[in-house]
Amino acid sequence: MAVQRRKPAKRKRTSARPPKRGPGVPASRDHALSLVREMMLIRRFEEKADELYSLGKIRGFLHLYIGEEAVCVGAMRGLTSDDSVVATYREHGHAISRGISPGTVMAEMYGKVNGCSRGRGGSMHLFDVSRKFYGGHAIVGAGIPFAVGLALADKMESKPHVTACFFGDGAVDEGEFHESMNMASLWKLPVLFICENNLYAMGTALDRHESVRDIAAHARVYGVHAEQVDGMDVLAVEAAVERNAKAIRRDGTPRFLEILTYRFRGHSMADPVLYRSKEEVSEWMTRDPISSFLLLLRNAGLVGDVDVEKLEKSVAAEIDEAVRFAESGEWEAVEDLTRDVYTPAGARS
Amino acid sequence: MKMTYREAVREGLRHVLKSDPRVFLMGEDVGRYGGAFAVSKGLLAEFGPDRIRDTPLSESTFTGAGIGAAIGGMRPIVEIMTVNFSMLALDQIVNSAAALRHMSGGQISVPLVVRMATGGGRQLAAQHSHSLEGWYAHVPGIKVLAPATPNDARGMLVAAIEDPDPVFIFEHATLYPVEGEVDDPFQPVDISRSTIRRAGTDVSIFAYGGSLGKALQASDDLTTAGISAEVVDIRVLRPLDEATILESVSRTHRVVVVDEMWRTGSFAGEISALIMEKAFYDLDAPVVRVCSAEVPMPYAKHMEAAALPQTANIVAAAQEILGRHG
Ligand SMILES: Cc1ncc(C[n+]2csc(CCOP(=O)(O)OP(=O)(O)O)c2C)c(N)n1
Repeated sequence: MAVQRRKPAKRKRTSARPPKRGPGVPASRDHALSLVREMMLIRRFEEKADELYSLGKIRGFLHLYIGEEAVCVGAMRGLTSDDSVVATYREHGHAISRGISPGTVMAEMYGKVNGCSRGRGGSMHLFDVSRKFYGGHAIVGAGIPFAVGLALADKMESKPHVTACFFGDGAVDEGEFHESMNMASLWKLPVLFICENNLYAMGTALDRHESVRDIAAHARVYGVHAEQVDGMDVLAVEAAVERNAKAIRRDGTPRFLEILTYRFRGHSMADPVLYRSKEEVSEWMTRDPISSFLLLLRNAGLVGDVDVEKLEKSVAAEIDEAVRFAESGEWEAVEDLTRDVYTPAGARS
Repeated sequence: MKMTYREAVREGLRHVLKSDPRVFLMGEDVGRYGGAFAVSKGLLAEFGPDRIRDTPLSESTFTGAGIGAAIGGMRPIVEIMTVNFSMLALDQIVNSAAALRHMSGGQISVPLVVRMATGGGRQLAAQHSHSLEGWYAHVPGIKVLAPATPNDARGMLVAAIEDPDPVFIFEHATLYPVEGEVDDPFQPVDISRSTIRRAGTDVSIFAYGGSLGKALQASDDLTTAGISAEVVDIRVLRPLDEATILESVSRTHRVVVVDEMWRTGSFAGEISALIMEKAFYDLDAPVVRVCSAEVPMPYAKHMEAAALPQTANIVAAAQEILGRHG
């Protein structure tokens, strides 16, 4: 007997096709320029990191975020400095857009003691508690319960803060994702879950790792309000995060954003990217978050060539300074090897 | 004043819940049910559901949430029903709780307390009976306690909540109904030191948690045979108080280590290696380990008893090293 093949169910968006740009308009020229500058800064920072990696100055795993800059830049603008941020191992952009200086991030990647985690964390474990930037988690999914706990603390202390938790589409397959959705919803915790759906978990495409490819639907199962957002559009991300963070502060319940994005590079520097076609990548690159935003601004008469040139120059200077800061940093003394395993006596109440 | 181990843990909880508004207890069935071992019975009525928090069956997430809440300014106590179930939270414990301080360059302390029941002896078979605290003692960045008496159970919990680092407390499940003397008024317990429970001159018996009582009984039995056995309660598995162990060896020159973990890779192996490295020339005989048999815990009573270290095994081990190398 012939096996009947079931017709594939209609999916929201599972193909590799990039979304069309929405009709967003920036609030002001200055605002627009600052968004562009920050995205450029992160892009150039990572291009530099790529170069330094080839030179052996940076070692370990290096996961570039190139192509996804609109997500972190937009998202951080929608949060306040009192909100907490939890990120993954692909977090250079998140760290920089949270205000951690590119110099201390670069120094961290060099492994120098003037890095933001004293050179103990490297690229995957960037921390800055003064900015409520809580890492830098390299176990897929592990940052999600952590964020739930930060939000629980805020709620128990009646603080009006939101914890923004970034993770990839791959993390949705981990039990902790589901446990956390359930718990955050059940306990009405102020968490903004931000899934950066870049269509791949390392080399495994979404349609090969998810039974239900509409990721927002996973959150809705737990009664969590969920939206999909165009992650190549910095204004759309900014607006969505701002609106949802506000709603969380108002209602005290978690929310979920599935941000549709794409990484232009491999998963890490070790990835030869054999699992997707050049055509797919170049199609997404037509939606490059930086150049497409610049195009929008040019068309609106908000920026011209001179502005772009100026921006590039100042960004280049900042990157040079970051590298100089990292190069001139010290190596931690080996005698300090076992410091910061336990809290020194009297260090904190 | 006398109370059971169960009451002592509860008194410890009550003490810290009262003295610090940031403290809360979270875990499966700690509230309405009163705790799987009835430890938290009555606390829900006293402190309310915000501070005695029933969680879903999500060990990894409520442990991880404990880490986040600790960093967020609270002082959570997470109860995991038994050490067996803590395997589901192992990632959060080893990769996050223990590592966050170091990999953030010292920016973050994790003032989290995790309590769980451990150990066999109640015919609960292979998925509810194991002793795995030595695994946790392997991990730098966490502290591992194994109180054997009601006084330690209460006092160590209070000390743990005041500690800025993640502290894991292993409560041997057979101890909950056991009664013992507790300090009145309350005295905190030093969680950096082991303690000598009984002084002796011929042999040192090192034990902790559920094995301490058996070690003391063995010491009694040995006395009638004319052997003076010192009993040292290890009680702090990490960071290990090496000094107390080595001093005892320097007095007695013979060692029996009792540990409910399986012998292979047991915590007793660690103690034994420590003595070999640092007190080799103090020894008059090889160190002997009394551990669990190399089987998943059987259900049948006699088989379970045969698998666990018993008083008779400790006595025999001590007599053997004294007889052969006396
Ligand atoms: C628990 C765990 N399993 C496997 C890995 C190895 N690993 C690192 S990143 C990754 C893919 C994650 O993909 P996704 O969550 O979509 O994030 P993205 O890298 O796309 O941002 C895997 C499998 C890991 N770090 N942690």
